[in-house]
Amino acid sequence: MSKLYMARNPRVAARSLDGEMMIMSGRDSTLFTLNRTATILWQAADGATPLDEIVELRICHEFDVDRSQALQDAESLARELATHEILQISEEPITQPALQSGSSTGEAR
Amino acid sequence: MTGLLEEMTAKALKLNIPLSVQVDLTYRCNERCVHCYLDHHDHGEMSTAEIKHLMDEMAEAGVFILTLSGGEIFLRKDFFELLEYARRKRMFCVKLKTNAILIREQEAARIRDLGVESIQISIYSHRPEVHDAITLIPGSLKRSVDAIRFLKAQGLRVVIANVLMIQNMQDYKGVRALADELGVECTLDPTITPMMDGDRAVLNLGVGNDALRQVFRDASLVGDVDEFCAVATNPDEDALENLPCSAGHTACYVSPYGDVYPCVQFPLPTGNVRQQHFLDIWRHSDQMNDVRSIRVKDLSTCTSCSHVGSCTRCPGLAFMEGNMRGASTQDCQKSFARTGVPSANMLAKQRTADNMGYSNLGQTSLGQPSLGSASLVQIRVLPASTGAAAPSATA
Repeated sequence: MSKLYMARNPRVAARSLDGEMMIMSGRDSTLFTLNRTATILWQAADGATPLDEIVELRICHEFDVDRSQALQDAESLARELATHEILQISEEPITQPALQSGSSTGEAR
Repeated sequence: MTGLLEEMTAKALKLNIPLSVQVDLTYRCNERCVHCYLDHHDHGEMSTAEIKHLMDEMAEAGVFILTLSGGEIFLRKDFFELLEYARRKRMFCVKLKTNAILIREQEAARIRDLGVESIQISIYSHRPEVHDAITLIPGSLKRSVDAIRFLKAQGLRVVIANVLMIQNMQDYKGVRALADELGVECTLDPTITPMMDGDRAVLNLGVGNDALRQVFRDASLVGDVDEFCAVATNPDEDALENLPCSAGHTACYVSPYGDVYPCVQFPLPTGNVRQQHFLDIWRHSDQMNDVRSIRVKDLSTCTSCSHVGSCTRCPGLAFMEGNMRGASTQDCQKSFARTGVPSANMLAKQRTADNMGYSNLGQTSLGQPSLGSASLVQIRVLPASTGAAAPSATA
């Protein structure tokens, strides 16, 4: 089974409020909130750590949960968030440039 | 405000977190709008370092929505440096308010790169001769509309803000058609704010009662006219325990000089970030806590008013009239124009005027609708059954 890597989209705004992550998508001004478990995955989405490792270390370690079920749920969450472009997913590690202006070619996204 | 944002706001209220802050970076401006409440001189704006420090403090305080406004924000030579700093932490959902006349393709691309949530741009008319006569800058409509196209080409969310006054009263439909053509949202606001020095002469630019009635009966703006214009039923006791608005509760405003107020339209000084920590002002300012203590039941005249359950009374406008627990005449006029029923405040003034031998309710002319179809923020709910809940369901 191939690895899945996740990275937070640098163009979203996200912060935690009372344990829940609020995420505002710049694409269409949609507000999302993630529950505590989903927040753990979001915070661990560094582009370098594969999802199965995140689930193993951060979810299974903390919660009494079946590993394969947790991985399946986590993958489903990652794909869902990727469709909203608040998370990037790839089968390769993801390297993101630092957020800065002036690097744009001016192309429409 | 609906759905998730409302939920988050309720949570922030409970935790005493300033979820939303507007920072005016400057009062300088390259337009001279006839209705503007600002003095456009620089009386000692915060430096780049001071604003960055404020952003650090706001991040620590839990601020999520950061609106950068002015004056004209692009007159700050360090604007992009500040925007980049704000977005570097990726905590702030940044909104901009601007006339946009300095935004060209390159600026639009930089704004896109930095992940700005939305850009609100003032457009007064679809006709250059009307818009430019309000901004007093020839060619300003063309510049602003060009900028909207550049921003839209970058996939950014743009909101046209159309302030309604005597000069452009007949043009709001044209502005909405322009917004449709450009593919952007449009808000309409008949509020004219008194000058910062208290001068209320500018309020004479406000549209009259008849014009306001016409707006409130435009189904394309308000939806169901009968429902929108109905007099509210008597509020229950819970409604009297409600908060007047978010000012000082989950939102506040910081001026270019570091002064903190409950809202941009509520000039009650509560502290200055040059002397105190932002969070200390937010939590401990006597003035902020005084604002926070007010419930609808504490409003002197309004509790006996037939509009108390539906009025959009602005405590800041009431404050500028002399009593933050009093009525806001502009909102009384709005309720009157909407329903045809005078407010308790208007009736009291009428009685006083009658005793003095003059008065006419119909001559009053101001209002501030919060139109149902003119929401600034679109919120869609991510269903609880999506992946966000999935991992925890197995835990």
